[in-house]
Amino acid sequence: MVSAVTDAHGHGKDRGQDHGHDHHGPAKGWRRWLYATNHKDIGTMYLVFSGLMFFIGGTMALVIRSELFTPGLQFVAPNVFNQMTTMHALIMVFGAVMPAFVGLANWMIPMMIGAPDMALPRMNNWSFWILPAAFSILMSTLFMPGGAPAGGWTMYPPLVLQTGDAFPFLIFSVHLMGLSSIMGAINVIVTIINMRTPEMSLLKMPMFVWTWLITAYLLIAVMPVLAGAVTMLLTDQFFGTSFFLAAGGGDPVMFQHIFWFFGHPEVYIMILPAFGVVSEIIPTFARKPLFGHDSMVYAASSIAFLSFIVWAHHMFTVGMPLTGQLFFMFATMLIAVPTGVKVFNWTATMWKGAMTFETPMLFSLAFLFLFTIGGFSGLMLAVVSSDIQYHDSYFVVAHFHYVLVPGSIFGIMAAVYYWLPKWTGHMYNEKLGQVHFWLSTIFVNVTFFPMHFLGLAGMPRRIPDYSTQFTDFNSIASIGAIGFGISQLLFVYIVVQCVRKRGSRASDTVWENPKGLEWTVPSPAPYHTFTQPPHVGAGAAFS
Amino acid sequence: MIRRTCLGAAGLLAAASASADWAINMPRGVTELSAETHDLHMQVFYWCCAIAVVVFGAMIWSLIRHRKSRGVEPAKFSHSMTAEVIWTVIPIIILLLMAVPAAETLIKLEDSRKPDLTVIVTGYQWKWHYAYQGEDVAFYSTLARASADARRKNSGIDPFTVDNYLLDVDRPLVVPKGAKVRILLTSNDVLHAWWVPDLAIKKDAIPGFFNETFFRAIETGVFRGQCAELCGMDHGYMPIVVEVVEPEAFVAWLASEKDAAAKLASAN
Repeated sequence: MVSAVTDAHGHGKDRGQDHGHDHHGPAKGWRRWLYATNHKDIGTMYLVFSGLMFFIGGTMALVIRSELFTPGLQFVAPNVFNQMTTMHALIMVFGAVMPAFVGLANWMIPMMIGAPDMALPRMNNWSFWILPAAFSILMSTLFMPGGAPAGGWTMYPPLVLQTGDAFPFLIFSVHLMGLSSIMGAINVIVTIINMRTPEMSLLKMPMFVWTWLITAYLLIAVMPVLAGAVTMLLTDQFFGTSFFLAAGGGDPVMFQHIFWFFGHPEVYIMILPAFGVVSEIIPTFARKPLFGHDSMVYAASSIAFLSFIVWAHHMFTVGMPLTGQLFFMFATMLIAVPTGVKVFNWTATMWKGAMTFETPMLFSLAFLFLFTIGGFSGLMLAVVSSDIQYHDSYFVVAHFHYVLVPGSIFGIMAAVYYWLPKWTGHMYNEKLGQVHFWLSTIFVNVTFFPMHFLGLAGMPRRIPDYSTQFTDFNSIASIGAIGFGISQLLFVYIVVQCVRKRGSRASDTVWENPKGLEWTVPSPAPYHTFTQPPHVGAGAAFS
Repeated sequence: MIRRTCLGAAGLLAAASASADWAINMPRGVTELSAETHDLHMQVFYWCCAIAVVVFGAMIWSLIRHRKSRGVEPAKFSHSMTAEVIWTVIPIIILLLMAVPAAETLIKLEDSRKPDLTVIVTGYQWKWHYAYQGEDVAFYSTLARASADARRKNSGIDPFTVDNYLLDVDRPLVVPKGAKVRILLTSNDVLHAWWVPDLAIKKDAIPGFFNETFFRAIETGVFRGQCAELCGMDHGYMPIVVEVVEPEAFVAWLASEKDAAAKLASAN
């Protein structure tokens, strides 16, 4: 955000956090970005990178949906189709959703806890710049002999070992993404634990900071597990080991256990920060404090703990002992309790408030409704005997897209609309924002709701062509997907116009009396904020 | 193809004309356990609906009543221990009510003792192999010719003209009605999964290991399914067809298969 430069020294806006002593504004030109150590610049880069990946991954989704519009094979060969599903998932998970949240963390955590920057700014630079390298490597596999990885983002052996030249590049790029995530997580934890303004005790932290703290611990716990799993794939392929090959005494199912030990916390890594975002937004627009702040913290922590003991619900069809299946079923059902607590608390926050419906609030409300629908299908999936029918069908595709698109991604969009005026100093176009909201919400349901029916009627996932009785719902889903994709161009237009200062000037608080330290600094936020620790006082996240 | 595309689009508007094209729910299936699984699925679904009515009802009520444009003053409350306890305990009770029947069905589903017939099913990229244990009858089952021709990219063959497009095989698995059929699953290469919705069976075929599942069909008929674990390029093209016949017809079929196998052997 170039606009951040103008107020670099906070002239005439002395609020005790920026005295204009001899720190410098940003470097000029490319050096500002390549050598970036400023949390706002790095946050911006993360968000822009995430947006780019969102469109690349989205384009792949449209290839998939175009092919599935009608039975028969029209556009791509089956192996290319499989490459598209695999790359779409890898890019969306590791390239779009996770970096977007890290970008929001970079921008907002220091400003919400009254810190001048992230604790480890040079590592911050590195953890960002690894990502373009990782994804360049990953996407270069599209042009390699044998094509991109096509064994699914879950990389199950033995199939993934049939990948062509892309195989080691896949493993290496996953290593790099993990490295980036771990460093980002360390930075978040060190910043939150050590750099809060002295008056902010842990339980006074805003929910977004809390959920990110928990997320960061999850990342540190499970990204090395993923790295270990893919390293074992690498040695199985090239160094004669047999971790996952039965012929050598290994077990292919072992990979699935290790992968999902990473993979289940990973789904909470992608949703907990979104919980934090809506926990910030709903109180602002309901004009009422967040209901049950502390129980929200405990609920998020319980979810994080439970996420480590439910992994095998992703693999109820592999053949597990009865007791194992019962354990994972009950543990999975238990997650509904803290998740329910969160939904009830958000509802109670709205209750007897005085709500208005600006774009961030609209996205948060859609999150609330649609994530809950994803939660319901999640509960259904927990029941083993039914799950055996749902497993690897479009019902599962519907479920996880409901929690990831109107869940995580709507959370990200809500956050962008909510804080964009703070970042740029200008309001976005509210009318267009609401158009974007309605288009996104309608199309996301048109795309993903029919997939429930397809799955229940017996359509497996990851197939390039299907029997004719599945035609109608597939056509509807494809139309929805194309509509959703095009609607996101409007999002880019709105953000670009806002960054180019086309909107009215934003006040420092932007919204009507929002809580939180980020609203006590000028809009746009100066290049350096909180060089002196602020008082929490009236700006506290809650009272 | 374009005609079909247009028809597909028109179908959106016509809505629910051909009921088979608009199947929206899990089939009840043709085994006792498939019916039980279906009922369990519906039971959990109804619980979800009931919770949704309450939760979404509260949200919608709040959205209508508690808006600034109605001139309301925001309340000040921010926590209530009583409320937190209530909405922790009630979900736990509901979950317990769900967990009991879920566990009961699962226990039945795992009881594969005393089978009447055992078939060893082996997954290959991209076909299935069926071997009737102790009967000297074994064969591959691959995608039927008509589908195989039509499924090629830009084949010019309209899938709507092919019977059971992608869900038909050259040789189905034949089993007797009423018999407890045990399926021993394995794979020759990568992971596959053997899924027949009407039998409520889905189990992974894992190279180097045997997995076990079973079904007891109480109706005759032809039941179709597909491989449900991504297994490479032609994952979408290895359907499963199970033909359930009367026990006498099964005995006759098995005898003719053995004859054919013996003739083939002596001819060699």
